[in-house]
Amino acid sequence: MVTRIDRHEVQKMLAAGAQLVEVLPDKEYEAEHLPGAVNMPLKTLGRQTRRELDPSRPVIVYCHDYQ
Amino acid sequence: MSARAASRLETLGFRQVYRYQAGKADWFAAGLPREGREAQTPRMADVARRDVPTCRLEEPVGAVRDRVRDGNWDVCVAVDQQRVVLGLVQAETLGTHAGTPVEEVMQPDPLTFRPNLAIGEMPDYLKKRRIPRALVTTSDGVLIGLLRIADVERRPGQAGD
Repeated sequence: MVTRIDRHEVQKMLAAGAQLVEVLPDKEYEAEHLPGAVNMPLKTLGRQTRRELDPSRPVIVYCHDYQ
Repeated sequence: MSARAASRLETLGFRQVYRYQAGKADWFAAGLPREGREAQTPRMADVARRDVPTCRLEEPVGAVRDRVRDGNWDVCVAVDQQRVVLGLVQAETLGTHAGTPVEEVMQPDPLTFRPNLAIGEMPDYLKKRRIPRALVTTSDGVLIGLLRIADVERRPGQAGD
């Protein structure tokens, strides 16, 4: 079950070691993104993602807004 | 898009998936740090004067008047305990009876901008509307500072240089 969080919780979780993932296309990521975020566009998520992210740690995903 | 991404991660076996639903629009609108090619573009938050005086609704005008004049300001921002903006007190209204509470003289609907807005054409926008200043707040209404058109124009690369 995915948990929705706000920016205050994002900050706390990042301080505690969570992984942050922007799922927008790379051009949007390159223009501006949250500090420490990695870019994994939605269409690229697949089996290899288990190697690219640590499944044992929390993962926070975000895009532009409530899309 | 983040909803689908979060669900996809769960199908891939991730057990601790969180979705920051409001996304980077919310993050930037709160004036929080950013990275990337456009991260250095000057924004409202970079120019806003964070030392603008503040007051409470129930404060007497006399006390506010002294604070405003001592700091050579021409406004004071009425805020609540969380610094959410409730109104703007203009210097010209501070001549009211000293015991009058702020809420009776303040402008209750001051113009506000988000801190992530690029400065860009802002001076022209404000000039055309004869607005000398505007408040910069987060998307939650929390005061960041006061933007004065004169401060914007003094920046390198802005009109008037």
